[in-house]
Amino acid sequence: MGRVRGASPCVFGSSGSPVDPRSAAVSIGAAWAHAPYPVIVADRDGALVELNDAAQLLWSDAVRGDQLLDTVPSWLAEAHGRFADGAPEGSGQAAGTVYDRFFEAHPTPADDGDVVWWLVDDTDRRLAEAALAGARQRSALLADVSSQLLSTLNVTRCMEATARMATDHLAEAALLVAPPQGRRHQLTYAYRGGPVTRATAPVDVHAVPGLAEALQGFPPVPARWINPADLPGWVQPAGFAGPVGSVIVAPLPGHGVPAGALILLRSSGEQAFSGDEELFARLFAARAGAALSAARLYTEQASITATLMRELLPPRLESVHGVEYAGAYRPARDNERIGGDFYDVHPGTGPAEETLVVLGDVAGKGLDAAVLTGKIRNTLHALLPLATDHERTLTLLNSALLSSHHTRFATLVLASVRRRGSKVELRLTSAGHLAPLIVRGDGTVEETATRGSLIGALPKVTSATAHVTLRPGETCLLYTDGVTEARGGPLGDELFGDHRLKRVLAECAGMPAEAIVERIQMLAAQWVGPGSHDDVATVAISAPRAADLTVVGGQRSAGGTTYRRNG
Amino acid sequence: MSAPPAIGTEALVDELWWAVTDCDEFTAVDVVRRARADGTDEETLLLDVIAAVQDRVGTEWAADRLTVAQEHAATAINERVITALVHDRPPVGAPDRAPRGRVTVSCVDGEWHALPARLVAEVLRLRGWRVDFLGARTPTPHLVSHLHSTSSEAVLLSGSLPTHLPPAHAAITACQAVGVPVVAGGRAFGPDGRYARALGADHWAPDARAAAAVLEEELSAPHRAVTRQVMDDLPHLTDQEYTFVAQSRGRLVRQTLTGLENRFPALRAYSDAQRERTAEDVAHIVDFLATALYVDDPALFTTFLCWTADVLEARRVPARSVSAALAVLGENLHDFPRALGLLADGTAALAARPLPAPGPGREA
Repeated sequence: MGRVRGASPCVFGSSGSPVDPRSAAVSIGAAWAHAPYPVIVADRDGALVELNDAAQLLWSDAVRGDQLLDTVPSWLAEAHGRFADGAPEGSGQAAGTVYDRFFEAHPTPADDGDVVWWLVDDTDRRLAEAALAGARQRSALLADVSSQLLSTLNVTRCMEATARMATDHLAEAALLVAPPQGRRHQLTYAYRGGPVTRATAPVDVHAVPGLAEALQGFPPVPARWINPADLPGWVQPAGFAGPVGSVIVAPLPGHGVPAGALILLRSSGEQAFSGDEELFARLFAARAGAALSAARLYTEQASITATLMRELLPPRLESVHGVEYAGAYRPARDNERIGGDFYDVHPGTGPAEETLVVLGDVAGKGLDAAVLTGKIRNTLHALLPLATDHERTLTLLNSALLSSHHTRFATLVLASVRRRGSKVELRLTSAGHLAPLIVRGDGTVEETATRGSLIGALPKVTSATAHVTLRPGETCLLYTDGVTEARGGPLGDELFGDHRLKRVLAECAGMPAEAIVERIQMLAAQWVGPGSHDDVATVAISAPRAADLTVVGGQRSAGGTTYRRNG
Repeated sequence: MSAPPAIGTEALVDELWWAVTDCDEFTAVDVVRRARADGTDEETLLLDVIAAVQDRVGTEWAADRLTVAQEHAATAINERVITALVHDRPPVGAPDRAPRGRVTVSCVDGEWHALPARLVAEVLRLRGWRVDFLGARTPTPHLVSHLHSTSSEAVLLSGSLPTHLPPAHAAITACQAVGVPVVAGGRAFGPDGRYARALGADHWAPDARAAAAVLEEELSAPHRAVTRQVMDDLPHLTDQEYTFVAQSRGRLVRQTLTGLENRFPALRAYSDAQRERTAEDVAHIVDFLATALYVDDPALFTTFLCWTADVLEARRVPARSVSAALAVLGENLHDFPRALGLLADGTAALAARPLPAPGPGREA
């Protein structure tokens, strides 16, 4: 406002501040004529009375006496009409465009019903605000895009999300081309208002200019504009109305892992991509590429882990040679499937041969312990031909463990099982492990008399084998200390302990093998609650109840053993 | 879509019930195989016979006509019956079994009742879905990594005990954050599915047929859960009452037992086993109180208390011990207005129960 000379100070208040009409009237003609902002004066009938230099620049042809309606934009003429008709003071503001500029117009009444319109040029602020809002919207969008993409580590879902969001925010249709697997590419199509669809096809990527380079991911290529006429048919999603007006091919930077390329399509009806939008497309592609390469890496790693882990998972147990087996395993850490406990059942070559059951516990938890369980299980598998002699098997296993680089030791139980008539004969040898428990038909629970030294610690092992016979419906339970050392209970800090295990087993008399392991696992888990626990492994070896003998023997005894009922 | 139960399912239910409670696997398998040979379709056998028997197992346990061990044994036999049925099924790829999409069926972390989820899985397989059945007590990290490594279109999450609702909430949010919609089902979510809605599940299905119907509708992507937090679904949790009660479970149980012994000196003469049973009952009350605080619904607490009172009376334990436990708990929860409100609701509900009558107890 440096150009104001000798003007009444109250005329040029800050824009929008009320100006005393009387003083304005007094000073008209003195300073306002040279004001940097356009000012026009109009009478109550809408005829132009006066306009200053700045206003004259805007409306060069305007002369006094012209009708406002014929001179200025309609929004201003109409605002004048409303104000002159007596709108309450101070409320007559209006705003609108004059040619390519944007103005706020503030009216003040002058003598004889004239109105002075003070116009404030607001163009730059508006542009800045629009740019700011655009930038905010884009960063909010990118944040949303990132969180949606990063939430999934599944490659297919990630590609679908990318294609869908590209059509939500960037283009009417999008095609995500994944890196080739052999000669085929996975293609993910999306278009606005339509479903996301997938296809795998051997397409010629060289048919789309720039696509082959974008797919290689290196050397870096910028997003490319291409001529819609050059597009092969497979680029358009089925159902997209077209015709295509503009196309961008954007590489998805995968940071060392190829992540694919994104083709964005706009129909000729929609605006072509602006520079800003192209920039946004590049930012979007960068995020999608990062997410996709993370998902690809995760998928590869997960499949490697799954392959390696398969051998370490506990086996599924079932009936073998007329004896029921059931096993259950709960690793200490919920995010792992394996741990330091293990079990195996190696079926005998025929019903007359013994089946070898092993259950054990390696010192420690987690993957390191699991790796050693794998070694022990493999070694025992190789020693199967010698398994009739438990002590010899344990001695060989002990020397194998001592000579390995592992410093951990292990405890285990060997059980050789053979069915004789309706009964099942067991030879049980513990190597430093908890003695197996026998659940008799009447609910008595017996501890087996076997003991021995643990494996992998001392040069020599000793052991004593117990011989047990199970009658129909009776069970032998092998378990690890994860059961008895579970800490929790209703009061939070008690051990589950031997006595509770025996009490619970007493109630399990006559139950099927898998119901027993399930019940023991459940009670141990509920005892601990959400607290931390050790690995828990349980194996039940059961002599089938009478009713099942028919399956083996071919003749069914009427009634069989009836189940104990109370009440 | 749900066929009317074939004639004679009641008779089949009775036959299977006797075989199952007799631990007679041979007869149990024989009953369903014969029924199938006679033309009863497999879905009817699964849902109107096996599921009905399993329901009766729960009812009979509550009424103290089955021991817990018998309940386990019966469930194991029912599982074997399902396995036998499934074993007889024509191989996948038969002409009448056009493949639909792939879905994951899982139990809530900590949930041991796998049979309802297994029935859902088998019914969906029958209807042509490719089903990944993750089984009982699936830790949420396993569920999530399974979803990352497969292209499941939906997760069907089963829960039987309401006390598993807080972990169920974590599982629902995690699945949705991965971008997979969740269909919640099972008794835990309330008879009308109100807790499924409260925890933000995309759908609720009261049974296996309804679950299949939900999947057969167009499944929409889950509502955005990426940045959603527990508090967004359940704003009342900011008062920390749930957190406090859940974390001080052991202490609250101990204090309540001491308080009960002061009121009923006879309790001091209890054997260790009896004392432990009482501690377990009190622990259940605290667990349900915490869960009712979590979902902010007194009905969850009062329903459980009335059921407990019925179960206790079926075992000739006076139900007034439950009201007494509530009173003692109240003394230890002065500063927790929502918890005190729930305890008052519980006391009122117990007082309003009809006088105990001999008969079967109610189901959980």
